[in-house]
Amino acid sequence: MTRKQRRISLLIAAALVLSASATLVITTLQNQIVYFVAPSDLDEQKIAPGQRMRLGGLVAEGSLDRYAGQKIIFDVTDLVQTVSVSYTGILPDLFREGQGVVAEGVFDGAGGFKADTILAKHDENYMPKEVAEALKEKGVWQSN
Amino acid sequence: MITEIGHFSLLLALALAVVQASVPMMGAVRGDHAMMRCAVPAANGQFILILIAFVALTYAYVTSDFSVENVWMNSHSAKPMLYKVSGVWGNHEGSMLLWVLILALFGALVATFGRNLAPSLRARVLAVQGAIGVAFLLFIIVTSNPFIRLNPTPIDGKDLNPLLQDPGLAFHPPFLYLGYVGFSMAFSFAVAALIEGRVDAAWARWVRPWTLAAWIFLTCGIAMGSWWAYYELGWGGWWFWDPVENASFMPWLAGTALLHSALVVEKRDALKAWTVLLAIIAFSLSLIGTFLVRSGVLTSVHAFAVDPERGVFILAILTFFIGGALVLFAWRAPTLRPGGMFSPVSREGALIINNLFLTVACAAVFIGTLYPLFLEAITGEKISVGAPFFDMTFAPIMLPILLAAPFGPFLTWKRADLRGTAERLLVAIAIAVFGTISVYAALDGHGPYLAPIGIGLGLWLVAGAFSEILWRVKAFQVSFGETLRRAANLPRSQWGTTLAHAGVGVLVIGIIGVSAWKTEQILEMEPGDQSVIADFTVTYNGLVPRRGPNYDETVAIFEVVREGKLIGAFESSKRFYDVQRMTTTEAGIISFFFGDLYVAIGDDGPRGLTVRLWFNPLVPFIWFGASIMALGGLLSLTDRRLRVGAPRRALLHSKVQQKATT
Repeated sequence: MTRKQRRISLLIAAALVLSASATLVITTLQNQIVYFVAPSDLDEQKIAPGQRMRLGGLVAEGSLDRYAGQKIIFDVTDLVQTVSVSYTGILPDLFREGQGVVAEGVFDGAGGFKADTILAKHDENYMPKEVAEALKEKGVWQSN
Repeated sequence: MITEIGHFSLLLALALAVVQASVPMMGAVRGDHAMMRCAVPAANGQFILILIAFVALTYAYVTSDFSVENVWMNSHSAKPMLYKVSGVWGNHEGSMLLWVLILALFGALVATFGRNLAPSLRARVLAVQGAIGVAFLLFIIVTSNPFIRLNPTPIDGKDLNPLLQDPGLAFHPPFLYLGYVGFSMAFSFAVAALIEGRVDAAWARWVRPWTLAAWIFLTCGIAMGSWWAYYELGWGGWWFWDPVENASFMPWLAGTALLHSALVVEKRDALKAWTVLLAIIAFSLSLIGTFLVRSGVLTSVHAFAVDPERGVFILAILTFFIGGALVLFAWRAPTLRPGGMFSPVSREGALIINNLFLTVACAAVFIGTLYPLFLEAITGEKISVGAPFFDMTFAPIMLPILLAAPFGPFLTWKRADLRGTAERLLVAIAIAVFGTISVYAALDGHGPYLAPIGIGLGLWLVAGAFSEILWRVKAFQVSFGETLRRAANLPRSQWGTTLAHAGVGVLVIGIIGVSAWKTEQILEMEPGDQSVIADFTVTYNGLVPRRGPNYDETVAIFEVVREGKLIGAFESSKRFYDVQRMTTTEAGIISFFFGDLYVAIGDDGPRGLTVRLWFNPLVPFIWFGASIMALGGLLSLTDRRLRVGAPRRALLHSKVQQKATT
């Protein structure tokens, strides 16, 4: 093989691998994106039940209920709208009423949200960025 | 006073870095040796000055000097001494100071050990290193100065985030930074070589040990971070594809590719432009990682504070260095003379396959990590890309390279015999197939059907790696004594390659094991309650209060019995930290060779204590594998032929010695 042939065959092989991987990445990305919504975005957006979402806001004061089998129900609010979230499992240490939270899961089609992952903030003066921005957008942000 | 000395040293270091970045470069252009030589004292002086600054900040932490704002924000007088010291880098300002300290350390090492380098190349390398130093010192002094004083002095500090109060903090960040910043060496060498227009075997001999050292540190740093997250966060997971994890993983992937391609430059004088590009990419990814973590664009435990000014500053540094290096590359790379010829089936060809797939895998991680940021910047839509994306793209892209890895070291340079190699690997193939079938049979349909194949893949990597050693020492073909003699004479880099590849295999086995066969229970337990998981019976024995140095702890004690025999007790606790009024969960782990029993507790309610139990099979293999890989790298690094600092002399010596011994 000459240098040129070698180079061309190398480029073809690289192009094949690249296009196959690009196809894989793009199709997977389309299926795996999880959108972030605040409770009051729900009216504007039509969300199919079963589509994975991240719901962010504050845990409404006094809304936390615990049931048998580690089932937990609480409300997530952006102080305009409120969504009821159910979750089974152990809550993060920093999960508290009145604090920021991001829940990941699916809408059940009846106005509720079934979460399988709960993310709370990592320290006292820290609010998940998406939550802070969502609250700012709704004009209910209070900076301390 | 000492704080002011530290502050002043930092400013002097900046001034010296400006000299280091400019004078030697001008000297190299003019051929002025005196100007070029000034890079050496500048690099050493910069390191000493930053070290003084770092020691000054450490002193302020150790003595709990709360008149320093940074200490007040992140420390407390009651904090244990270990966390007073490691807390120096447990915050944004201090961790950036550690960053430049390590940068200056690498510069000083080249200045000290680089006597054999061509004077103009050394001058340029140190100048580029100095320029990076200028940028980051300026960043620290302008936006993140740790030496700012408070008046009046507060009585006590606000303490360190309790999640960081763990021995892991003492090791994980320094190792990670030694790796990240270590790639700056490869970058500086690449840029210097582009300016000189010369990339040759001697250049690769220089770049490889630095890259290898950085790679070893990064491997250890990532593994420690993973282990820390595993036991500290109490989620039972070891890798979450969190953007910050990816930020450290991308330079690792690029660095691994660089290690392999630099081999081709060194041995065959080929792939030069590509290797230079990889060196630039590896450090660029380190810079991007620094940006992601330090700018606060991400929601993560690593994001200490959100300050837009800092993000913009780092973004400017990023654009300047990455953009500048890539422009230089586009301009100068065509002048690099193409090197030796080779057929597709050859050692070179195998290393190209390695590079191709590693960089593509790195690109997939890059897209998944940064796509949400791009999308938000452009459309304002907020999305996240979770672990499933990475699992579904990264694994298939890595599969070919894992299958091919055992072949690589068998192949000869220029042209190789694929069939002969396959024959030499027959035993490894047999082990992999036998392993797959026996795992499949033992499980009897339990768990994902692909998992036994994954175990087979891991066995293939391990057996394949050792097949090469056995072949080289002619095991079972010559007498045992002769085999031993041959094994002793194998270069250490050979053993290094074998161990590193085998380590990947062990890692794969660990990943497959824990992903496929992890069992989890969530229970509510009263004292005396029992639960059976895997073949263990776990009994909850009740809660005990305890007092730590700066927290109150509620400890749940569990007893573990297997096959009627008491194995031991382990505990999980909730800690409530006095100062930050924050709760953390400490997980309990009993580690066996073949898996971990893992417990984390939740709240104590009317129906009992919430308990989460896991059995994580094979999970220790993940850290064994990473350690074996790092050990392999270390063995390679100690190879005489790769000895840092004396490449040319070592080359001559080893030739002489080879003659003497034969």
